[in-house]
Amino acid sequence: MHAALSDVVFDLFQNSIEAGAMNIGVSFWETADEIHFSVTDDGRGMDFEGLKRAEDPFGSDGTKHPGRRVGLGIPFLRQTAEQTGGRVEIDSVPGKGTRIEAVFPAAHLDLPPEGNLVLLWLQCLTFGGDYQLKIHRMCRESDGRVEEYRIDKAEISEALGGLEDTNTVGLLREFLESMEEPFNK
Amino acid sequence: MAKMTLETLRKLREEQKEVIERRDSGDKSIHIIVGMGTCGIAAGAKEALNVFLGEAYTRKMDNVVVKQTGCMGLCYAEPTVEVKMEGMPDTLYGNVDAAVARKIVNLHLLGGKLVNDHVFDYPARDINKE
Repeated sequence: MHAALSDVVFDLFQNSIEAGAMNIGVSFWETADEIHFSVTDDGRGMDFEGLKRAEDPFGSDGTKHPGRRVGLGIPFLRQTAEQTGGRVEIDSVPGKGTRIEAVFPAAHLDLPPEGNLVLLWLQCLTFGGDYQLKIHRMCRESDGRVEEYRIDKAEISEALGGLEDTNTVGLLREFLESMEEPFNK
Repeated sequence: MAKMTLETLRKLREEQKEVIERRDSGDKSIHIIVGMGTCGIAAGAKEALNVFLGEAYTRKMDNVVVKQTGCMGLCYAEPTVEVKMEGMPDTLYGNVDAAVARKIVNLHLLGGKLVNDHVFDYPARDINKE
């Protein structure tokens, strides 16, 4: 199992990249009793057999490492859901894309911590490649108050003139920290 | 700290751009590639990534490019990090936690010395496309 939920999300994001996705959406929402995240992409998608392989820890599509017989990304997600009483939904259409959604009970003792979301977004935004990415982060308190932000890779990249060099990535981190700050109160 | 706007971000970038352009860093860029497959993520590769990004920014090493990639085939030695720079052999480091990442910055990037205990061979053969 991954040590933090942010690691699970990044693993799914990485799958989208490896599926050749050009448009990726990532959401991470919290309410008083649930944590919800989703990763949606327009990558190559999977048919029923492909989905079965993705769910099997001893299965891999074998394109990257011929001869390798292990693939743990989705099984880690499944494991996290099973041990916390959460749920996972995967919709995938070959040639169209994949949507993975997971919901976990926030108070469950075995739920991994959220992890560092600033670093997660930084990793997703600067992975390298022409893909577009839209991020939605939201928190709804029990009194109904909502804190949220949206990040669009195209807008950020335009404002910073690229997302490559360490200076822009440093500024991007400051930007993301300012976005995430209200959530830590 | 109030939420920054895209406008603020743009302004900051413009200000820093001028400073960077005044420094002559040449184009001898240093590439740091961090393995971020399931194995790398599970082994804590983001801690190494975080150190490289942070050190390069705070020490104003403008010629450093930090990249992420998938599994490099050495899952037993994750987190793995490849460093490519002029004057040094292309090197693949294994078991790179935050402390080792700092060592790589100080010794390899700035001191021109290998961090011997963590040198591994090339990425696994089935990944290398010759």
